[in-house]
Amino acid sequence: MSTYAQKKGVGAVLWDYLTTVDHKKIAILYLIAGGFFFVLGGLEAMVIRIQLAIPDNNFVSAGFYNEVLTMHGTTMIFLAAMPILLGFMNAVMPLQIGARDVAFPFLNALGFWLFLFGGLFLNLSWFLGGAPDAGWTSYASLSLASEGHGIDFYALGLQISGFGTLIGGINFLVTIINMRAPGMTYMRMPLFTWTTFVASALILFAFPPLTVGIFFLTFDRLFGANFFDPTMGGNTVIWEHLFWIFGHPEVYILILPAFGIFSEIISTFSRKRLFGYSSMVFATVLIGFLGFMVWAHHMFTTGLGPIANSIFAVATMAIAVPTGIKIFNWLFTMWGGSIRFTTPMLYAVSFVPSFLLGGVTGVMLAVAAADYQYHDTYFVVAHFHYVIVGGVVLAILAATHFYWPKMFGTMLNEFLGKITFWLFLIGFHLTFFIQHFLGLMGMPRRIFTFLPNQGLEVGNVVSTVGAFFMAIAVIILLINIVITSVKNVKVGNDPWGDGRSLEWAIASPPPFYNFKQLPLVRGLDPYWIEKMEGKKEMTPAEPLGDIHMPNNSFIPFMISLGLFIAAFGAMYRLDYSWGLPVLILGLLVTLLSMFTRSIKDDHGFHIHKEDLIDEDKGRKA
Amino acid sequence: MHAEEKMTNETWPASPEKATLEAKNKFLGFWFFLGGETVLFASLFATYLALKDKVPTADHALSKDLFEMPLVFLMTMLLLTSSLTSVYAMHHMKNFEFKKMQLWLGITVLLGLAFLGFEIYEFNHYVHEYHHSFTSSAFGSAFYTLVGFHGGHVAFGLLWIIVLMIRNSKRGLSLYNAPKFYLASLYWHFIDVVWVFIFTVVYLMGMVG
Repeated sequence: MSTYAQKKGVGAVLWDYLTTVDHKKIAILYLIAGGFFFVLGGLEAMVIRIQLAIPDNNFVSAGFYNEVLTMHGTTMIFLAAMPILLGFMNAVMPLQIGARDVAFPFLNALGFWLFLFGGLFLNLSWFLGGAPDAGWTSYASLSLASEGHGIDFYALGLQISGFGTLIGGINFLVTIINMRAPGMTYMRMPLFTWTTFVASALILFAFPPLTVGIFFLTFDRLFGANFFDPTMGGNTVIWEHLFWIFGHPEVYILILPAFGIFSEIISTFSRKRLFGYSSMVFATVLIGFLGFMVWAHHMFTTGLGPIANSIFAVATMAIAVPTGIKIFNWLFTMWGGSIRFTTPMLYAVSFVPSFLLGGVTGVMLAVAAADYQYHDTYFVVAHFHYVIVGGVVLAILAATHFYWPKMFGTMLNEFLGKITFWLFLIGFHLTFFIQHFLGLMGMPRRIFTFLPNQGLEVGNVVSTVGAFFMAIAVIILLINIVITSVKNVKVGNDPWGDGRSLEWAIASPPPFYNFKQLPLVRGLDPYWIEKMEGKKEMTPAEPLGDIHMPNNSFIPFMISLGLFIAAFGAMYRLDYSWGLPVLILGLLVTLLSMFTRSIKDDHGFHIHKEDLIDEDKGRKA
Repeated sequence: MHAEEKMTNETWPASPEKATLEAKNKFLGFWFFLGGETVLFASLFATYLALKDKVPTADHALSKDLFEMPLVFLMTMLLLTSSLTSVYAMHHMKNFEFKKMQLWLGITVLLGLAFLGFEIYEFNHYVHEYHHSFTSSAFGSAFYTLVGFHGGHVAFGLLWIIVLMIRNSKRGLSLYNAPKFYLASLYWHFIDVVWVFIFTVVYLMGMVG
């Protein structure tokens, strides 16, 4: 059962990726799928900005605008940002803790395929009668009134992909607790691993309320239930609560890994240990904890009353404290460091003030009384784009450059990378900074057009110009990826030269078993410690021996496919007679696949010690 | 210790459910999963409390009209007893007594099936005697979703235990399947705990007011 570097045909490679349980290959799958949805969501953003470039525009109709706006938000959050971050977690986190794989390789693959089938299902709505059009929050009264099947695509698609994310979260939690290399104590874990850990815990506790909310929505729309229908005794505010009990932790699920990525990049290119490591860990955990206490700040104008509003306002402002700790720690890490302005570092340096702006408007929005003015205006749009684009997207772009050599064994072009950076950064501020003022001048969010002579023309056209800058930046990044992949100049273990954590101690890309011998970790930044003592490799913690590996499996694909089929059945059950049989068929495919998995013995296989030694000799010869 | 190893009474470890790394991972991962399930049921309970007795017109049956102690008490006893029998099964699993474990698991399954039968009877009773259905009111939707999610968990748990029993009937116990049995029983206890809350929040509180 040896799979050492053989030349394979396209079919074999495809089959390999369809059945893989290797965290590094799953990471690549996440990156491709997430990247695809990112471009899709970006195109939707361009449609929005073109429509709003001039007053009384009719580039798209009002109804289509609602669909584009809904799908832009839903796609970017659920199908682009989160999967891309899960991709980087998969690629890097197991290496950072010195593990050979994640705790549940099979579930890892299952998580990916559930996400992909959910995302495809959601996007098929474009071709099957119209996309969802009630905003990414899909507030119940509005979404119950929406005609056609758009909202059903939203509900069922997110349900399927949500299961995938939940599985991924549990997997990472167990991996980090149980699979750390000898000496890798909790307080020696790199910050990206820590943020992955806390984000996974948030996933575990935040997704079930969304699952329940979406079940209610599906039951109301397709199965005649009355959760949100006041005429039948229902209550539409329940959706708001369930959605935001999920929705607020969700933004921390996105931003914490971004914090982790920047912590790695800043300490690497400042060539200094991260300043205040333990306070960084503390702040991460505290943000994760407080993230569950603030959901009602999205509902200040719902009418929960002054006491509830005050409590949630104060809790929200409290989050600024641990976040502030982090900002200062990043600054102090750079202070006195010998800084190299590589592309990832440029993103990191620009992230600090950009994100800070989003944080400051966040505190403004937390003032409940003032929020009555800001609510549902472009001020809110500017705020969350400053935290999500200025935080998460900058982190994703930075990580793409930073970890590309580790994932693919070749470096993205630095010159093109810097052009992408400058275009993106300028475009980002051009697009969103002015939206604060548009909002304060009274422009409501989610409108498909605006009237002339209200002082909104200049702001909107500036914003649209900025969006084109970002689009060009992404195109240059794609060109960069193509050029780099074609040239394919191979790099060594530590291509940036200043790697600190374990992933830089092994080959790029790493062999499929990651570590031939598990490394001995002697402190924070273990690889840096070894390098400072003049060594080139980690000290092994175990003698060379057989390595146990899991078998590939096609079952994750089948389980996800079953749910995908079942979702069509559930949706068309009331319209066509074939709906119910298809629903049952899909569920049977899923259950039988699970049954097969349960019945079959799957002990994995061993890479033998002799093969590992042979490979070593082969490389030296 | 490896999962494939052939075990004897002497080599069988004290905690076979956590003896290998795979088993440790499963053990921990399953506890996290139950943590997520707890939040899921918490959301369902919160919704139920918000929508309890919320009906469109005054002629709809309310919780105080619907629930009857004898039936619910019987169901509670059945499920609590099944939790106890699954503990016996795990006791025998830890002692490497495969046959006895299978026997107690079989009893657990029978008790679970009886519970499920009564639940189906109960739902049927409410629909036909009181016109209290999934679609008749928000109260009905919340009630059947909460109790029905629990019932669905019972059904899945039964399916799981039965599959495990059939799959391993000829193979006996190993470190590969010991954690599987253990986790199924853990799941069964969790279902039982959820029922205790349903019994209290839905039925007892429903009957008093």
